[in-house]
Amino acid sequence: MVLKFLTVLLVCQLLGEVISRAASLPVPGAVIGMAVLFTGLIIRGAVPDGLQATADGLLAHLGLLFVPAGVGVMVYLPRIADEYPALLTALIGSTVLAIAVTALIVKGLARARPPDARGSRDGAAP
Amino acid sequence: MTARLADLWATLATSPLTALTFTLVAYQLGGWLYRVSGRWALLNPVLLAILTLAAVLWATGIPYAAYFDGAQLVHFLLGPATVALAVPLYRQFHQVRRSAAALLAALVCGSLTAAGTAIAIGWLLGASRETLLSLAPKSATTPIAMGVAEQVGGLPALTAVLVILTGIVGAVLGPMVLRLIRVKDPRAAGFAIGLAAHGIGTARAFQMGEVAGAFSGLAMGLNGLATALLVPLLVALLQGVVF
Repeated sequence: MVLKFLTVLLVCQLLGEVISRAASLPVPGAVIGMAVLFTGLIIRGAVPDGLQATADGLLAHLGLLFVPAGVGVMVYLPRIADEYPALLTALIGSTVLAIAVTALIVKGLARARPPDARGSRDGAAP
Repeated sequence: MTARLADLWATLATSPLTALTFTLVAYQLGGWLYRVSGRWALLNPVLLAILTLAAVLWATGIPYAAYFDGAQLVHFLLGPATVALAVPLYRQFHQVRRSAAALLAALVCGSLTAAGTAIAIGWLLGASRETLLSLAPKSATTPIAMGVAEQVGGLPALTAVLVILTGIVGAVLGPMVLRLIRVKDPRAAGFAIGLAAHGIGTARAFQMGEVAGAFSGLAMGLNGLATALLVPLLVALLQGVVF
């Protein structure tokens, strides 16, 4: 079951990769693959149980998948050590500002319509 | 005996089995510390795993490239995981459609803030040109950010590291910032964290619930697009002023 839907995910990613390269888009294949799967779900009108389980399994440990690339920090330690006051201030400052600006705009513009509880599993254990 | 041990070590040090095992053990250790600390934000499991692994590689002398080759499988799963974000997104689609105009406005302003203020702060504090150009796309997800960095003349590998650091900063500070500005709406919270802190922020947003997670995944995908379009434009505009 899981294998079947892992195959679905890979087929979508491969399609995305082909579209991205064929049209020389600046967007990576996986993001286009997400759009492909999304379109497929809209057409089908429901999420198959197995796909839900496969997606939940992958997304539950999304953080783990960034670890190998992140360890690359050790290669750039000299440059980071040279420029760390500027780098860290820019990273922290811009990230905090971007979160605040984005959240306030969504909150301000979407305020008139309270969040819809339909289909939401908010409050459930992560 | 020593020679055989050295042989065994040479074989194991560069094998995928060792790299994968170290990666998983470091991540579990990070997750365990995070839980026993009562989910203290600074003990982010991704950050702990990265620091542990960097220390182990440094202590054992295994080159990063050899480790990364071995851990490819974990890195590869980022692709299918990105595709899988379509599932929570679909489940929340009725909510996304209802706030489409707000999300679009937030996307453009948020994306420009993330790149623009990073360049501005770095420039004011005297960061080098290459560092600034590597910094500009850091809120986008790794593959997009690396592509954009290459396009504008930054260092893609440095960008990969800055992207991860940004994700950790967003995951750690994001919930505090949102509390400070009194944003409780899971749509706004998720969208903001995903826009500024891509997949690592999205992993954090899923801990707040499925609505926040779905909006975070959506913002991550959209900001990938926005960054690819806006950062080269922003860099061209600042040519001669900053660069």
